[in-house]
Amino acid sequence: MAEALLTLEGVHTHIGQYHILQGVDLTVPRGGLTVLLGRNGAGKTTTLRTIMGLWKPSRGRVTFAGRDIAGLSTPDIARAGIAYVPEAMGIFSDLTVAENMTLAARRGPPDKARLDWIFAFFPALRRFWSQPAGVLSGGQKQMLAIARAVVEPRALILVDEPTKGIAPAIIDNMIGAFAELKREGTTILLVEQNFRFAAALGDTVAVMDDGRVVHRDRMAALAADEAAQTRLLGLTLDAHQ
Amino acid sequence: METILSGDYPRSRLLTALLGLLLAVLAAAPFLFDGAQAINTAAKICVFVVLVASYDLLLGYTGIVSFAHTMFYGLGGYGVGLALYSWGPSWGAVAGGLALALAAGVLLALGIGLFSLRVRAIFFAMITLAVASAFAVLAAQLSDVTGGEDGRSFRVPELLRPGFRLVAEPVLGTTINGRVVTYYIVFASALLLFLAALRVVNSPFGRVLQAIRENEFRAEALGYRTVCYRTAANCLAAGMAVLAGALNALWLRYTGPETTLSFTIMLDILLMVVIGGMGTLYGAAIGASLLILAQSYLQKLMAVAAQATEGLPLLPQLLHPDRWLLWLGVLFVTSVYFFPSGIVGRLRAASR
Amino acid sequence: MAATSPATTSADSLPEARRDLAPLLVAPVLMVAALPLVGSLPTWVTLTVAGLAMGMMIFVIASGLTLVFGLMDVLNFGHGAFIAVGAYLAMTMLVPLAGWVQADSLWLNLAALALAVAAAGIGTGVLGFAFERVIVMPVYGEHLKQILVTMGGLIVAEQAIHAVWGGDQKAMPLPQALRGAVVFGDVAVEKFRLLAVAVGLLVFAGMQLVLNRTKIGLLIRAGVENGEMVEALGYRIRRLFVGVFVAGSALAGLGGTLWALYRETLTAAIGGEVMVLVFIVIIIGGLGSVGGCFLGALVVALAANYVGYLAPKIALVSNILIMAAILMWRPQGLYLVARR
Repeated sequence: MAEALLTLEGVHTHIGQYHILQGVDLTVPRGGLTVLLGRNGAGKTTTLRTIMGLWKPSRGRVTFAGRDIAGLSTPDIARAGIAYVPEAMGIFSDLTVAENMTLAARRGPPDKARLDWIFAFFPALRRFWSQPAGVLSGGQKQMLAIARAVVEPRALILVDEPTKGIAPAIIDNMIGAFAELKREGTTILLVEQNFRFAAALGDTVAVMDDGRVVHRDRMAALAADEAAQTRLLGLTLDAHQ
Repeated sequence: METILSGDYPRSRLLTALLGLLLAVLAAAPFLFDGAQAINTAAKICVFVVLVASYDLLLGYTGIVSFAHTMFYGLGGYGVGLALYSWGPSWGAVAGGLALALAAGVLLALGIGLFSLRVRAIFFAMITLAVASAFAVLAAQLSDVTGGEDGRSFRVPELLRPGFRLVAEPVLGTTINGRVVTYYIVFASALLLFLAALRVVNSPFGRVLQAIRENEFRAEALGYRTVCYRTAANCLAAGMAVLAGALNALWLRYTGPETTLSFTIMLDILLMVVIGGMGTLYGAAIGASLLILAQSYLQKLMAVAAQATEGLPLLPQLLHPDRWLLWLGVLFVTSVYFFPSGIVGRLRAASR
Repeated sequence: MAATSPATTSADSLPEARRDLAPLLVAPVLMVAALPLVGSLPTWVTLTVAGLAMGMMIFVIASGLTLVFGLMDVLNFGHGAFIAVGAYLAMTMLVPLAGWVQADSLWLNLAALALAVAAAGIGTGVLGFAFERVIVMPVYGEHLKQILVTMGGLIVAEQAIHAVWGGDQKAMPLPQALRGAVVFGDVAVEKFRLLAVAVGLLVFAGMQLVLNRTKIGLLIRAGVENGEMVEALGYRIRRLFVGVFVAGSALAGLGGTLWALYRETLTAAIGGEVMVLVFIVIIIGGLGSVGGCFLGALVVALAANYVGYLAPKIALVSNILIMAAILMWRPQGLYLVARR
């Protein structure tokens, strides 16, 4: 297995009085796509937000590229090379698609060739380039959110349930985009409920329950083991397949 | 005792002692003190305990900031005052004026609440500020009715006049005249209103208010219409402030913008609640008494300090008695930061 | 700033981006409706110009406050302190410049004003920085404490002005060339009002330019909508916020100076007076919206002038009535700013 780009060791996170993460241990190998599965409320989104510094862990270490980032502020974590696509997408609806992309490109105006590469997967973004992002459809917004995360090369991308409520045709586009990103060497940590989508892309998988990682495996192995799927994921499988 | 205090005890020995002392002194004030100054202060404390307690219903128990509390206080004062002024000194005028003021106050509170609390609690602070300032200007401008900046002096019913004697002979060396009767009316009403407020905050209604303050979303999720509860609290607090204003007018036999509507009074109320302790009615009583006592004292102290620093740059100006508001402001800001639970909170923490 | 824009035209239709135009019509409708009520055209012109001037001044003061709220959810009740301090600083600056102020040269007059405004802007900017650090920063995310503490800050600032400059009313003389009125036929328009309108339009245009054409502006607009995402993209929103707070304070100082010149007198209570109007304006406009704030300021000021002429007795409550009417129409204000 490739060396780890991101490691979480014994991470605890409290939100108000609630103890959400109760000792998460997670390794994300460099260059691969790691899928984080689990029931609703298992702590997947909180794990991503904790990595991003949007919640501060109360205990534990978060190591990214050899550096402890657990105490850093969100902007510093982003600048260290992590991009984040939240579940709610975080689109600036008052800004145009172009302006959204401009903000995502920290180093200067977005690179032309990179944009063309993005447009190849998400042609709608080229079409609606100077429209306010607020008028895009849900799927188009999701494309914009992912495009924003990759407008400049980043070492690690955190993506929270990109397929939620998205049409199957667009999901296929996303599979293409993520596969291409993997080829480019980008590491991806993907929270997903859609097992088909996860199985198509994942290299490794971690399953969460009650604020802990309870199972780690290669994705292919879990995809082949129906008994383990039922045991670990239960009804969520049927509900989301 | 359980019933009288609605099961809400001071929960600190020192606090109990302080409250007991306050109650005893206020109850016996006409017999303890001679001068008009002292008895005026006692009456003012009675009125402010009610006013500040009613404000604490909003700030401390419901978690909303209103800048219109003096408007309701003023409504009470003007209601009773103008009724006595224009209808003559009868009890009917007192009752009529009070009823009108109560109705106007509650309706106004309802209106403001429905407009601002429906959308966002933060609107409430701004809208109350705007409405209250418009009201204050209105009261000053409509001088035909309100007497403008000068206000109105009026005659009170026979029973309350200084010349009236309840009993011919002095009792314990004090003449029981109309002023003493008025004082006891003020005192008894204040005590009753305070106990009623205590009952309200310890009722199921009061507990819902506190639940909303702690976590609005959760209260909403549990099925409580937070807007209705907040609006009801606003109306209740407004009604109580109207009553406090009416008591004040009866005591002063005068009503005017300076004594009821000015923003300084609003600031005093805020300071009293914060210093006494937000979210405890005992804090309102302690804060009101302490600040009213300190005000005259502080100003005298500042006069001395200003004289002592004469000749130094800027310091005499900063210590001039007219600048006491500056120091109250500083005190206010620092107590919100460093002393958010107020005196009562500290006393309770110490006794635990 | 325009990013590389692929020149594409496509038949693909998008749900038509509906521009919300109704709020833009409020002020013109008000102006037209007032004409027959006022009856005489010259009076109407005078009232309208007065309303526009007043509206611009309120806008200059209120714009910073509404942005600060939008960006960090901080409502600064102490904003009035900057209005007052700015006006007093400008007055102090004008004293040694009395020669220029009284000179019969428009350029010397304007130079004196520019220096005074600069003093006001810089002074209140610095004060704003200190205010943010000392008063506001410790109470992020706590509305209740914010309201109390910033209100306390306003009181302290007002009293400090009393201590430094004295409590009496000060004269704030208009420069020679700006006194009096320009007459077109039988319509007389006060010169200073024209200047105030010009300054207000400049500030509005400048703000629009910054907000729409610079990366900082994009960040501010994005931050108003979703500050967390701005941080996740790698920008420090704290710095952005301090910058906006300082700029807003400086604008309040500028607006305060204009307001004092408009009144030609000055007391420490000026901050509190104007703040009431400012709050009404930003509520009407929709908290956080600069465009709404501009429209709200015009509506409030125009109405105040028309009603003041038509029915002086109810002029005082007209603002409240307008606010009530607009909130009945749109409970969130003219423009709703999307929130996270």
